[in-house]
Amino acid sequence: MEFTEKHVMGLKDLLYRMADDLLILGHRNSEWTGLGPILEEDIAFSSMAQDKIGQSLALYEILHEIGESEPDTVAFTRNAEQFHSCHLVELPIGEYDFSLVRHFYFDHQSALRMDMLAETVVEPLQMVARKFRGEVKYHTMHADSWLKTLANGTEEAKIRMQQAINETFPYALGMFELSDYEADLIEAGIFPGEAALQEAWYRVISEKLNAFGYSVPEINNSIPSTGGRKGHHTEHLQPLLDEMTEVFSIDPSADW
Amino acid sequence: MKIESLDPRINRAALDADSQDGILQEMDHFQTYEVFEQKKRGTHHVHVGSVHAPNSELAMMFAKEQYTRRGACVNLWVVKTSEIFVTQYEDSDIFENTASKLHRDPNSYKVMDRIKAFKERQKNNA
Repeated sequence: MEFTEKHVMGLKDLLYRMADDLLILGHRNSEWTGLGPILEEDIAFSSMAQDKIGQSLALYEILHEIGESEPDTVAFTRNAEQFHSCHLVELPIGEYDFSLVRHFYFDHQSALRMDMLAETVVEPLQMVARKFRGEVKYHTMHADSWLKTLANGTEEAKIRMQQAINETFPYALGMFELSDYEADLIEAGIFPGEAALQEAWYRVISEKLNAFGYSVPEINNSIPSTGGRKGHHTEHLQPLLDEMTEVFSIDPSADW
Repeated sequence: MKIESLDPRINRAALDADSQDGILQEMDHFQTYEVFEQKKRGTHHVHVGSVHAPNSELAMMFAKEQYTRRGACVNLWVVKTSEIFVTQYEDSDIFENTASKLHRDPNSYKVMDRIKAFKERQKNNA
């Protein structure tokens, strides 16, 4: 099938969503480096943050192939309103309960998205999705293990985790903010769409949360925190970008 | 007083310099698990180190990042350190081989010549 301009716009939007989510969350999660609850977890969490930045690079490279600027330029020179990331990934790291729940919500979304894209008609994206499947699978296993462990921990652990699960949920729903090109992406076989992804995601996280002994937030009672995909962000994104781009702004040719 | 650092992450954490929070009590430590890695299917699992963890499942998650990020791995075992039964170093004399047990030493078997001859034949037949 020949791609129309709308298909290409839709594909770019999809790639920017994914890449920006991964870059911003990778940066956020790396803020735990050196501060993690125990050494082993510190290493695991930091390593997964690195994985996310690596995945974002692969997606920015595809964007570059279809006419966007170089990955470094795209990552380090845009302002907040040019980012397509959702609100969930830009929130500060907070306490570890929140960071773990965000990790759980985000990575199950990421794993399911990669599964869907492993069948996309866009060949370079299909290859990237297949390549990172195992990596993302580990991220979901890591998140599941912590949620399960803390559900069986002290009363305080259980209460704090349930609270984080409830409070983070509307932000998690913001991951699936509909694209203007939803129908075009589905029609061209590029991506089954955000609505289908949200449905699959909610099924998976409900099953997991139930099995671990948490209660599952109701979709109908939640107002999704949307706007991020269209460049409307919380006050937390710009300060993150300022810190992330500090070295690049001082010396764009810096190398290490 | 807050801890001040050149690292913005430390400053963001707003750590109280006089806090007693970081002082570990005896029970605050996780137990350790020993990690065994298999590099290729069919080969032996080899001990590569240990991790602290609250349970076997998380020990496995930690072991994966700690020990398999570089180089190949197809399978991992973790086992609670306390579950491993060990000999005492003061009993290490039980491992001593006496001169009279030379027959246990494979070097004393005179088969190398026959093995070499066999290999030679294989090569010629090939």
